[in-house]
Amino acid sequence: MVESYLRAAPVRKKFITPGVIVLIILAINGIIFLAGRFLFGIGAVTNLNDQYPWGLWIGVDVAAGVALAAGGFTSAALVYIMHRERFHAIARPALLTAMLGYTFVAIGVVTDIGRWYYVWHPLIMWNGSSALFEVGICVMMYMTVLYIEFLPIVTERFIGKVNIRKFFSFLNKPIEKILIILDKGLGKIIFIFIILGVVLSTLHQSSLGTLMVIAGPKMHPLWQTPVLPLLFLLSAISVGFPMVIFESMIAAKSFGEKPEMEVLTPLGFSVAPLLGIYLAFKIGDMVIRGTFVYLTVINTASVMFTIEVVVGIIIPLRMFLSKKVLETPSLLFTASSLVILGVLLNRINNFIVAYTPPYSYGSYFPSFGEISVTLGFAALLILIYRIIVMNFPVISQQDKQYVITTKYTIKGQL
Amino acid sequence: MEKQNRRNFLKTAGLLTATISGISTKSAKAAPENILSEDRMGVLVDATVCIGCRNCEWACKKAHDLSTPDLETYNDKTVFKKMRRPNESALTVVNQYENEKDINIPYNVKVQCMHCDHPACVSACIVGAMSKHKNGSVIWDTKKCIGCRYCLVACPFQVPSFEYNTALNPAIKKCDFCFERTKEGKLPACVEICPVEAITYGNRNELIRVARERIKRYPDRYINHIYGENEVGGTSWLYLAGQDFSKFDFPKFGTMPAPGVSESIQHGIFAYFVPPASLYALLAGIMWLAKKRNEKEGGK
Repeated sequence: MVESYLRAAPVRKKFITPGVIVLIILAINGIIFLAGRFLFGIGAVTNLNDQYPWGLWIGVDVAAGVALAAGGFTSAALVYIMHRERFHAIARPALLTAMLGYTFVAIGVVTDIGRWYYVWHPLIMWNGSSALFEVGICVMMYMTVLYIEFLPIVTERFIGKVNIRKFFSFLNKPIEKILIILDKGLGKIIFIFIILGVVLSTLHQSSLGTLMVIAGPKMHPLWQTPVLPLLFLLSAISVGFPMVIFESMIAAKSFGEKPEMEVLTPLGFSVAPLLGIYLAFKIGDMVIRGTFVYLTVINTASVMFTIEVVVGIIIPLRMFLSKKVLETPSLLFTASSLVILGVLLNRINNFIVAYTPPYSYGSYFPSFGEISVTLGFAALLILIYRIIVMNFPVISQQDKQYVITTKYTIKGQL
Repeated sequence: MEKQNRRNFLKTAGLLTATISGISTKSAKAAPENILSEDRMGVLVDATVCIGCRNCEWACKKAHDLSTPDLETYNDKTVFKKMRRPNESALTVVNQYENEKDINIPYNVKVQCMHCDHPACVSACIVGAMSKHKNGSVIWDTKKCIGCRYCLVACPFQVPSFEYNTALNPAIKKCDFCFERTKEGKLPACVEICPVEAITYGNRNELIRVARERIKRYPDRYINHIYGENEVGGTSWLYLAGQDFSKFDFPKFGTMPAPGVSESIQHGIFAYFVPPASLYALLAGIMWLAKKRNEKEGGK
């Protein structure tokens, strides 16, 4: 093999930094309000009511969470299915983000549903006509797939390093053996899960869009369209790589390393066409349904829609077309952040801003408790990410010797 | 070696496709019960007859074990000052509206679940906890419900209510068409107590006939519109009124069932799992070709 890549290894840096302390405070604050929700009910912590049954937790923690974890399936498709080996370095961080992202989506769902201890019900109680059922089943399956895809990283970490001391030392050899068997077996079948992961992702990313179709006239016409599932899928695909770029640059900065521009610049090349397709469908849908008339009046809906399209799609699209932007770390970071902001806004708009019930006594704005829980989950996710990359071989290290990994050349490398 | 791998690959992919398509037939059968019987029941609400005594509110609470003050307190007319909606402690409420023809005789309109013929809540519910029954009622099943509130999002009439301030086993509350009472041959509680027979329980087709008859006989008293006959594909509860329904805050709907296109999208994506299985096969093909290409390049 001609190509060689940086080897992934645990990051050896100090865990506690000022940023980490802020994250810990945010996490504790979130957990306090979370306890309130489980002890006294959803109404005690949120501003939700019969008029506005879904709010910040569904719009951001679940819907935006799923969209922003799209880096997982897009990079899996790029690296393992299309075999673009030069992007190998992004596969593991993207996988970890997706795995943690979906874990917190699941925790977000458990937080938001009234009877959280029945969260397993969809597994045995099926309703094929429900979009939510499909989202639920796909997310559960995809999360399992992500954990399976992560297993090789765990085996790599521990093979040859199993060292249980003292009394249980006799277990060392059997555990080592199990790990080796697991590692070899996974190497042979992992491609099944990689393809399955991509299929499941396209299914639930689009079905997440179908969710609000049933709300019919309750949704503002700027967003309510039968092509919502397609728009959700296209936006998820276009936000995948910007999210990978964003995370990679933040991680590099946090660990005091240089951003991996030799991987990120070529990755950025594909963002403009993907964003372009998304924009074309979004504008096309607007023209066909004639909804641009709603933009002539200035209200929350029209302003939010304009910000979403101009700041979240058009400006970053123009930026990603420029070679200078792709090669300048700060500009690439800005452009990626805008795409992420655009998709985040889109999910908030679809699930919260666009929702106007026929009988309402006021509008919905998330409570301090809701915002605290959402921020707390985000902080916890970043903290766990940090712990994992400091203990498992996820991030490719610079200034290390180049190693050719030939372990699973045939069936997808992990 | 290479050949072996390829065969294994195809075999596994094929097996997986078969398993997935096997599941699909099961899920098709698991679709929610949605029977539209010719004998299904309905209720005709005549808003021109209702006197706003609110006895139905009291009877409803009694029939559903909800706490309520004595019947006498329901004489209080001040509640009409603001528009009320059914909620977790009142499954039906009566609102008062101005009569454009005679300001001294206001109209009173009772609201509750409409029990749609094609209910959006039944289509939406993730676990099938909402179901449409032969007698026309739409019922919620506490054993299945996970409390996701998607039914609240889906309902075009904004009817279901959720117990937000209950930590353990919060329930979805809505009119259940007195399912238990009618099973025993009794009338729905609200129909039974109504002192002026403003609400009539009966066969839905028969009620439509009765309503048409009333409109024909008293064209000055009624507008020519039976709300619920065709709205969102038809509802079990039907309304007659003396002025346009928009003046009673009733939403204006076409005849398209409330689930709208969402079911067709859902079934289109799944269509016996052919699209996902094809996508799987396509990706597997791309993966194999890309690997071949890489190996060729690597060999040179």
